[in-house]
Amino acid sequence: MAKSDAVVPRVYGGPAGWISVAIPAGIFAYLLQFLAPVAAGTPVTLGFDWVGSLDVRLSVLIDGLSLTFALLISGIGTLVTLYSTKYLGNHPEYPRFVLFLMLFMIGMLGLVLADNLIALFVFWEITTISSYLLIGFSSDEAKSRRSALQALLVTGTGGLAFLAGVILLGTAAGSFELSVILTQGDAIRAHPHYVPIVILFLAGAFTKSAQFPFHFWLPNAMAAPTPVSAYLHSATMVKGGVYLMARMNPALGSTDLWFWTLVIAGGFTTVFASLLAIRQTDIKQVLAYTTLMALGALTMFIGAGTPAAITGMMTFLVVHSLYKAALFLMIGIVDHETGTREVDQLRGLGRKMPLTFLGGAIAGLSMAGIPPLVGFIGKEFLYKAGLDLDRGMIWVTGTIFAASVLMFVAAGISVLRPFTGKLSNTPQAPHEGPWAMWIGPLILGCLSLGFGLFPDTIEAWLVAPGTWAVYGDYSYAVDLYLFREVNAAFVLSLVTFATGALLYAVHRPLRDRLGRIIEANPVKFDAGWDRTLDGLKALAAWQTNILQSGVLQRYIFTVFATLAVGVGATIWLKDALDFTVDWNDALAGLQFKHWAVVLFVTAGAVLTAITSSRMTAIVALGVVGIGVALIFIIFSAPDVAITQLLVEVLVVVLVAIAMLKLPLLGLARDRKRRPVHAALAVTIGAMVTMVMVGVLQGELDRRLTDFFETASWTEAYGRNIVNVILVDFRAIDTFGEIGVVVIAALSAYALLRGTRYERPESKLEDRAQ
Amino acid sequence: MEILIAIMVGVLVAASVYLMLARSVLRFLFGLILISNAANLVIFVSGRLTPEAPPLIVEGADAPLAEVANALPQALVLTAIVIGFGLFAFALTLVYRTYQNLGTLNSDEMRLAEPIDVKAEPTK
Repeated sequence: MAKSDAVVPRVYGGPAGWISVAIPAGIFAYLLQFLAPVAAGTPVTLGFDWVGSLDVRLSVLIDGLSLTFALLISGIGTLVTLYSTKYLGNHPEYPRFVLFLMLFMIGMLGLVLADNLIALFVFWEITTISSYLLIGFSSDEAKSRRSALQALLVTGTGGLAFLAGVILLGTAAGSFELSVILTQGDAIRAHPHYVPIVILFLAGAFTKSAQFPFHFWLPNAMAAPTPVSAYLHSATMVKGGVYLMARMNPALGSTDLWFWTLVIAGGFTTVFASLLAIRQTDIKQVLAYTTLMALGALTMFIGAGTPAAITGMMTFLVVHSLYKAALFLMIGIVDHETGTREVDQLRGLGRKMPLTFLGGAIAGLSMAGIPPLVGFIGKEFLYKAGLDLDRGMIWVTGTIFAASVLMFVAAGISVLRPFTGKLSNTPQAPHEGPWAMWIGPLILGCLSLGFGLFPDTIEAWLVAPGTWAVYGDYSYAVDLYLFREVNAAFVLSLVTFATGALLYAVHRPLRDRLGRIIEANPVKFDAGWDRTLDGLKALAAWQTNILQSGVLQRYIFTVFATLAVGVGATIWLKDALDFTVDWNDALAGLQFKHWAVVLFVTAGAVLTAITSSRMTAIVALGVVGIGVALIFIIFSAPDVAITQLLVEVLVVVLVAIAMLKLPLLGLARDRKRRPVHAALAVTIGAMVTMVMVGVLQGELDRRLTDFFETASWTEAYGRNIVNVILVDFRAIDTFGEIGVVVIAALSAYALLRGTRYERPESKLEDRAQ
Repeated sequence: MEILIAIMVGVLVAASVYLMLARSVLRFLFGLILISNAANLVIFVSGRLTPEAPPLIVEGADAPLAEVANALPQALVLTAIVIGFGLFAFALTLVYRTYQNLGTLNSDEMRLAEPIDVKAEPTK
């Protein structure tokens, strides 16, 4: 593709830039009006029929959960698009980027707002496809393409499982509307399809939200431009799976299966990802793994399912989106202005980039869970919920403790180290980024601080309505606070800080030690992915070589063998031969002409099959054709018989003409194949007879015949019913039939007149020898 | 009689399957003729057999006075015969033309599109 040499620098990305900021900002402003009714505990539903016959409605459900998500998506979307105007504004493909990003945002908004599960699935797939395009935005890099494909295949496969789950759930609940399904939790949990539904839904959610063992695609997806990582991988796409689990919690939750699957998978992902986060040296990768960790924690607390756990989950969801988006944007500025994201090359940037540092520092403090940031509240309520659990208390609390400690360390690595200390040499001389870039982290940081100081605001607007929606009970009183008393959770927080500070002090040796341990681990998911794909391709090649042999005989054999197995299995499974034939009745009234014609046709067919003389074959075919015509005559079908005779004569004439130019039938069948072919032929023949006899035992439905008999004269004024059917009632069919004959004639003419190719010389030589 | 014809159709189908499995495409063509005859008979017989009462309405009547043969399968078979003939004529031309170009009627030797020694390989 030719790119113009003179790229005119665009001011803030040109029109595409401004429009892309205006759209999410407008949506955000529009959504704000729903805060009041939702906070009052009344979800809003609106919508219209989309595909009425399939029960698909384009309907919107705005409750605490979907509104929280929608505000995060549009709000962070506004900051990210504003940021992109500077980060990518002069990129030649910037308008394309904006298009993908908007497509993604619409998909994501639809996903969280849809009330109909089928519509939700469609939006789910839109996010999958648009994130494929975004991750692979740098399409000239092989790494980027591979990551994009990996994300697409993993989440796309999960999406298919999710679709199957949607259909099962829709049949179990009798509706695809979430507002209906969510009220039928007890019926769904008692339904025999409950277990498959849960497994299929979780397959979709776990792949989308990168839960172990599907976690490997998310860090690879960081090949995307940083605004994409900030958007897709902090606030939105990866939280799609979390949204789905939270959404379905009232319908599918509070069973042992749900509890243990989510708590164990989530907890394992949490610990595993926090350890991997500490071992990274690329700050963006550190953030990628802490995102995985957050997703694991959210999954775990949805599974835990107590009102306290759901409150903790909703709080942490908001907290995490705020600080993680800010940190991704921050590292994007650092990368943009210094040319590196390697933690060991970055020191003392604080004085050169004070505003970036400020935004990043507040976000980092929130991530570390230090008061008075909202991150502290998030951590406290996770601890409180964990400690109050009846089952799995040790596991959940222990997991979240380990994760909080490691988050503290990760916050130090990604903010404290790069911005403090003595200024280091970087590939580019560091300087502050443009306002459009640092404003995002700063606003998000201010929100983290503001919500921390005034927790009642997020409690009333987001966390309480969200908790009601996920828990399915609008009477539970949510109460967020910064500090009230010294309790177990608070003590645990102090221990977290102490342990975190200790580990941060030794994080570099720790990182090397962890690196060696992980290297030594033989199970490598990313490499395993490549092997799986190679295996799939090898399997495809193998089965192509078997199935696509290029030998016509084998293809036909496969077709007939499949037919035999299919029909045979159906006859056997359906017990279709459960009837008796009354032979006396069947043979009663048969005259000489009946026996004669049947014997003629049978003999003709057998003779055609076995003769090696083409003259005999033609004569035998003629006998069969005339015999069939006789059957039509005997059984009152004069028009059919006339046609059959005419066609039969033409067939014999055409074959005879062709024979003048064609060789003898000499080609004998391979002797070894003969019994197999004969057996298959006899099997299929016998089956056809059995099916026909079976059909003849049943009642004949004469409704159509009766209609034609009474309507033939009264409506169409014809006394030959067959003719009336052909030229009047089924005239379009007859027209189609004429079309087929004309096409056949034209094609035959084209074949006969077409260019004559040279015969392959080798063949002729072979024959001569 | 229906049962007898069902058995006969079985023989027709067996013969045509056997012919279609042959290496010679000319035999395949014979199989094609036989199997269209068999298919037509299946439709015809499924509508039941009525001797000596063609589906006609006598002058002056609005509908058949006595029971007549089932007209619907007759109409279907009529169409099927003509289409079967179109298919046969085209296939015969194809066989004829193939022989002119390739010099063989043996389907094993018709390997221009899928040569024998080329195997599918996994793409890299």
